[in-house]
Amino acid sequence: MFDNEEVREPYRQVIDWVHSMPADLVAMKHSEAEKLFRRIGITFVTYGNNDDAERLIPFDMVPRILTAREWRKIESGVRQRARALNSFLLDVYGKGEIVRAGKIPASLVYKNPAYEHEAVGFQPPQGIFGHIIGTDIVRTGADEFFVLEDNCRTPSGVSYMLENREIMMRMFPNLFQKNRVAPIEDYPEILRRTLLSVAPAKCDGEPKIAVLTPGAMNSAYYEHSFLADMMGVELVEGQDLFVEGDLVYMRTIRGPERVDVLYRRVDDDFIDPLCFRSDSMLGVPGLMNAYRAGGITICSAPGVGVADDKAIYTYVPEMIRFYLGEEPVLNNVPTYRCSQEEDLKYVLDRVEELVVKRVHGSGGYGMLVGPTSTKQQIERFTEELKAEPEDFIAQPTLALSTTPTYVEQQLVPRHVDLRPFCLVGKSTYVCPGGLTRVAMKEGSLVVNSSQGGGVKDTWVLVE
Amino acid sequence: MLSRTAQNLFWISRYMERAELTARLLEVGYRIALMPSAGTGYQNEWSSILSVSGADIGYKKKYGPPKQEHIEHYLFHDLDNPNSVASCVSKARENSRAVRTALTTQVWDAMNTGYQELKQLAKERYNTANLPALCDWTKSRVSLIRGAIESTQLQDEGYDFLNLGYFIERADNTARLLDIKYYVLLPTPAAVGSEVDHYQWSTLLRAMSAYRAFRWAYGGLQTPHKVAHFLILNVACPRSLLHCLDRATRHFDRLEHMLQRQSEAQQMVAKLKNNTGAMEVDEIFQQGLHEFLTHFVAEIAAIGESMRASYF
Repeated sequence: MFDNEEVREPYRQVIDWVHSMPADLVAMKHSEAEKLFRRIGITFVTYGNNDDAERLIPFDMVPRILTAREWRKIESGVRQRARALNSFLLDVYGKGEIVRAGKIPASLVYKNPAYEHEAVGFQPPQGIFGHIIGTDIVRTGADEFFVLEDNCRTPSGVSYMLENREIMMRMFPNLFQKNRVAPIEDYPEILRRTLLSVAPAKCDGEPKIAVLTPGAMNSAYYEHSFLADMMGVELVEGQDLFVEGDLVYMRTIRGPERVDVLYRRVDDDFIDPLCFRSDSMLGVPGLMNAYRAGGITICSAPGVGVADDKAIYTYVPEMIRFYLGEEPVLNNVPTYRCSQEEDLKYVLDRVEELVVKRVHGSGGYGMLVGPTSTKQQIERFTEELKAEPEDFIAQPTLALSTTPTYVEQQLVPRHVDLRPFCLVGKSTYVCPGGLTRVAMKEGSLVVNSSQGGGVKDTWVLVE
Repeated sequence: MLSRTAQNLFWISRYMERAELTARLLEVGYRIALMPSAGTGYQNEWSSILSVSGADIGYKKKYGPPKQEHIEHYLFHDLDNPNSVASCVSKARENSRAVRTALTTQVWDAMNTGYQELKQLAKERYNTANLPALCDWTKSRVSLIRGAIESTQLQDEGYDFLNLGYFIERADNTARLLDIKYYVLLPTPAAVGSEVDHYQWSTLLRAMSAYRAFRWAYGGLQTPHKVAHFLILNVACPRSLLHCLDRATRHFDRLEHMLQRQSEAQQMVAKLKNNTGAMEVDEIFQQGLHEFLTHFVAEIAAIGESMRASYF
């Protein structure tokens, strides 16, 4: 399958290693990994699939490898975007200079469904809105990396990043002895420090952190409990919290206990039934009041979603120039805004070549991959596109990079993407690694776990 | 500790202990069905097992007259029965998932592996001869989880709530198991002291994994008097009513120390322990074993209820 010519240098050793193992040993290791995942309970829940509601994400034991040089570029690019996005958020909930300067259309920001009017005029601690940012990156050539999207709301996958590494180290210790792989195990501790560094004005003494989850039925519940556990903080549900005065308390067997920083994994719409959806059972009535009064810090801040909206995404390079006076280190994928007439015409003329996405969709839903879709799928999607063109963007299908992947007892090339995680508090940290998602089907470009994608351990080599 | 977490921990161990009770009941049923019947046919014995497990109404609705194969299925695999082994294990695991951070990896692993195995067992074709293996599986799985709790859990308040769940549920369960004797013997009081009577008491001891322990503790002839003493009043027997109350009291006292307050549930347990401890077996037999046990089970239910107001 792989000529040595095709395989990049860092992979050669790993491939030699896979080939040096007898086939049955490889197969055994593979099933051993699956067993470990299921036993630890690293599963995700798919909605509306009652048969086996807790599924396992396929784990590929061949790591994805990035050299120190490649990583330097990714890291500085991710850091740069995180700075620009936070500047943008502070700006659009404040004076709105970027809009006044005519760099981004006002309606796109202020009429955006993710723009939170409850957050206007409030400056969160350290001026940070997006504390945890996951940047989705693809590679198309030796030095060509593109950002697919930014995730500022509640990016998930970091537990897979950490557990994938644990499992690799447990199963293949000698691989790590031969390669110098940057460690990632500090992530939970740095997350904790990041959260501590944004304690609210009214906090006196050591800030108390809690992780807010929608509950055990949520698809990312494992991750919520994992992070709370690794940080040594309480994992709370809405029903465990209440607001009194401007402060937030947990119900404990010792009575009420104050919470200062809430790492929430619940969407804006659901965090406070008094402010947002009144039917929400997941939130805490009065939470937004406490937040605005400086009684609690909510991470990521309410309203952060306006920065990772797919329509806003196209303006991130502008943000970088406007706020930082720099050129983007990582480029956006060229994107057509269907809200603009010429772009729409261009897109409609060649839907079958493009990837068309709903602006507010996520998780691989509401998306059309032209080259792999049937005529009917394209026709149906085109109708939707024509009906509400402003809800769509389109991108060319990129020649995504592939990495060696173990499928049906042999190594084959499969497309991958990469989500590094960036933490922003008093200081900024990009964890050396990330979540590599891999499309397990031949030729497929869709890596989302809800669509059958798998994951790999991601190695950043140390020089 | 979050109140919700405390409540979940309490219920995790109640469900595990209850799964074990159901397995033990099945074992009693299976063994009693192997012996020449006490006069009214095996149906009577199986019905008594159903009543003791609180499953008689649900079973009747679904299957009608008692039939060994159906009862076995209803008590082990059937998720329609809230007290079946499968229901209890699933609920214990659901509760564990909800308080994942309050459990060590080892406890979770023991729990989760048990759940996966159960799902596997449910797929295999059922056959009455498998029953002892299923009961053994349940008991050993519950022990494994218990062992993981004992050897890895931090001994903070959570540990006390886990243990309160175990001992309060176990007190209830031992009382229920003992009550089988009442149901089985009821039709023929003349059988007291007979071969059959002896065999039934032995079966009870075996079902509580206490057969040999009983011999060691009492020696000599096995009499109903001694067995009742062993299972009700002997603090050294880990399934006796008094033992369970004694251990529950200790965990309540630890909580009092940590939380700096007493609770209603704590006082109720202390009272029940003192009252029970002051009794003699003769007194209990005079009052009627069944009446005594019915009263005891009601007291335990009230204590469980008061846990909510006291801590959750």
